[in-house]
Amino acid sequence: MGRLKGVSTMVTLKELTKEEHWLPGNATCAGCGAAIAIRLAQKALGPRTVFVVPACCTSVIQSPFPFTAFATPCLNIAFEAAAAAASGVVAAYEARGLKDVTVLAWAGDGGTVDIGIQALSGAAERGTNFLYVCYDNEAYGNTGFQRSGSSPYGSRTTTTPTGKKEHKKDVPMIMAAHGIPYVATACISYPLDFVSKLRKAKELVGTKYIQVLTPCSAGWRYSTERTIEMGRLAVQTGIWALFEIEHGKFRLSTPSAALVDRTKRRPVEEYLKEQGRFDQLTPKDVEEIKRWIDATWEKYKKLQLNV
Amino acid sequence: MAQVIVETGNRVAGLACKAARAQVIAAYPITPQTTVVEQVAELVEGGKMDAKYIRVESEHSAMAACIGAAVGGARTFTATSSHGLALMHEMLHWASAARLPIVMAVVNRAMGPPWNIWADFSDSLSQRDTGWLQFYCADNQEIFDTTIQAYKLCEDNRVFMPAMVCFEGFILSHTSMPVKIPDQKEIDDFLPPYNPPWLMDVDNPLTHGSIVYPEWYMEFRYFMYEAMENARRLIPEIDKEYGRRFGFEHGGHIEKYRCEDADLIILSMGTIGSEAKLAVDNLRKQGRKVGAARVRVFRPFPKEEIQNMAKNAQMLTIIDRQVSYGMEGPLHTEVKASLYSERDSPLTAGFIAGIGGRDVTLRDIEKMVDKSFRYLQAGKVAKEVEWVGLRE
Amino acid sequence: MRDLPLTPLSRPRVASTGKTGSWRTFRPTINTEKCTRCLLCWIYCPEACIELDATNLPKVNYDYCKGCGICAHECPLKIIKMEREESA
Repeated sequence: MGRLKGVSTMVTLKELTKEEHWLPGNATCAGCGAAIAIRLAQKALGPRTVFVVPACCTSVIQSPFPFTAFATPCLNIAFEAAAAAASGVVAAYEARGLKDVTVLAWAGDGGTVDIGIQALSGAAERGTNFLYVCYDNEAYGNTGFQRSGSSPYGSRTTTTPTGKKEHKKDVPMIMAAHGIPYVATACISYPLDFVSKLRKAKELVGTKYIQVLTPCSAGWRYSTERTIEMGRLAVQTGIWALFEIEHGKFRLSTPSAALVDRTKRRPVEEYLKEQGRFDQLTPKDVEEIKRWIDATWEKYKKLQLNV
Repeated sequence: MAQVIVETGNRVAGLACKAARAQVIAAYPITPQTTVVEQVAELVEGGKMDAKYIRVESEHSAMAACIGAAVGGARTFTATSSHGLALMHEMLHWASAARLPIVMAVVNRAMGPPWNIWADFSDSLSQRDTGWLQFYCADNQEIFDTTIQAYKLCEDNRVFMPAMVCFEGFILSHTSMPVKIPDQKEIDDFLPPYNPPWLMDVDNPLTHGSIVYPEWYMEFRYFMYEAMENARRLIPEIDKEYGRRFGFEHGGHIEKYRCEDADLIILSMGTIGSEAKLAVDNLRKQGRKVGAARVRVFRPFPKEEIQNMAKNAQMLTIIDRQVSYGMEGPLHTEVKASLYSERDSPLTAGFIAGIGGRDVTLRDIEKMVDKSFRYLQAGKVAKEVEWVGLRE
Repeated sequence: MRDLPLTPLSRPRVASTGKTGSWRTFRPTINTEKCTRCLLCWIYCPEACIELDATNLPKVNYDYCKGCGICAHECPLKIIKMEREESA
């Protein structure tokens, strides 16, 4: 915990609200990473937050009618339409002069990286004043774990049974290319980092995009108690980097900052071997993953040095 | 202060949106709707209209944004045509099942391929199952009036369903006609501020649209069905009230012209209905007892009015500006369905005309009537569905 | 059916899916004497079913705990044990 470099607000666990707006007794799988992310987001943003949720795991884990685990308002919407529906809510609040409500599009990687990217890009290009969080379990979790553009190279999904042949689509950089005021990556295993980023984003005007890694026991195939551990390994091996791009300025977050030095990155095998979705990787696949990590970090190094 | 202007159908639609005090407009341009959104942009940026205009990046997003805006507590408006409407299809279902009183101008245009920017009803009639009310206008005054009436109707708490105000591309959208715009205060009196059916409200947090099991789903769909039936009753009432206040009414469900003693009634929609009135006058001069009935509301379908009208007629000449492939024109089908329960029904002859914007002339209509009279004399309809004016 | 809302609007409620505690195979027990109130088990619980008392001592709500084991796995002092549920 302690001071987090590069994030201006200092947050501690103790000061997070004890109020729960994500109610227990819901429909999540045991050990659900997405649910942890929802709780953190609600604690970061407060109850005056409207969730706009396209088809994704969150559509289901909230429980079926007539009850909901969301104690904050939640508009479910079609798969590709989160950012467009959120744009409408924002416009209505602006038209009505309602100022102190946060509109939060809360979408899985499917509804963001693939089918949802048009609406997201449109909303960002229009400078829509909202927060968009993509919680990323690296596949279409809701429907049983089919590949998404966010699935990593080599991962087994039900539509890539011999492993995905393409690398993960870099949506944070795509969003940064829109010139929006704030882009960040996060991970539920670094909860205070995620909370700080959400709070910072909330204070900015314009489109704010955060992509938070939310490991999924059912899909990644590891024992349920290791959800937080998997997120930590993802960051420590460098396969998922924590950073912010604030008004175009790139800055690695504390948990990732030292990893520009590749000797400080844990070997990615330590992450891959723990998950059933990677159990058919060949040595060539592992080399390709390492190459990608190294190449990605070369990019980050250059961006960081421009600071 | 009421004023008479001379304007195109599209710009009238934009002015109606302003008069209705729409608060959020989310729309994407497509020929021949484009000047609707350009009009809205001019009004908003010129400070003449206090609204937010979201220049969305597609029609699917337009409807999604209207849905978001409606549940954010704003009166919403959008407009589209043809492929734009088709692209929105998924969200049309969403809007009606979410019971949101969104009003949309549909500037009717043929579907492609090939690209065809001219008028037929293939766009809106293909959406007839989506739970949207559908109005079909025959002149620019009606476009204005129907838009205002639609908000009043849709925001009634017995309805809460969305509505399309349809009018033919280029024939109305780009043709200038005189239109009387009523005094704004009187419009405000007729149409009070937006009455949201439900809201995304942090002071009353609810979740909308989560999973509903088969044990519950059917009832929600039944409520939509009931709402349509309520709308069916309210449509003529609202048209009459509007007529009392502003001097224009449009026939409720069906605009009837010289039908009372008619042996043959020409049934059609949109501007073909206007042309049919001229045909009726000509044919009457020739001694034919003919009337014209322009179906103004396709959803809810005016079954009772059709049944009433058919009581004294021997023959119905039904002109469709769309065909449902594998069957016939939708108007034809629905008229027959409305009459099926009646003991003595007139004969019906179906004509497909005006597809892809092909002109439907007075002469074409007279020929359809001639043919229909011959069927009537023969006692049977030799060709139930006939495409009009095809090349040899 | 007239008590249904006009469109599917769900109300916030604990146990929206039910008493999900019945799902678990293992249950966590916290050694409260050794607990230093680091709050990690509380913040990492996906179910929001670890409640904190006035002194920030965590307490599991067994009506809802699905037995995922994250709390036990993440506890830095390893004072949360996952024990197999007795069969009913």
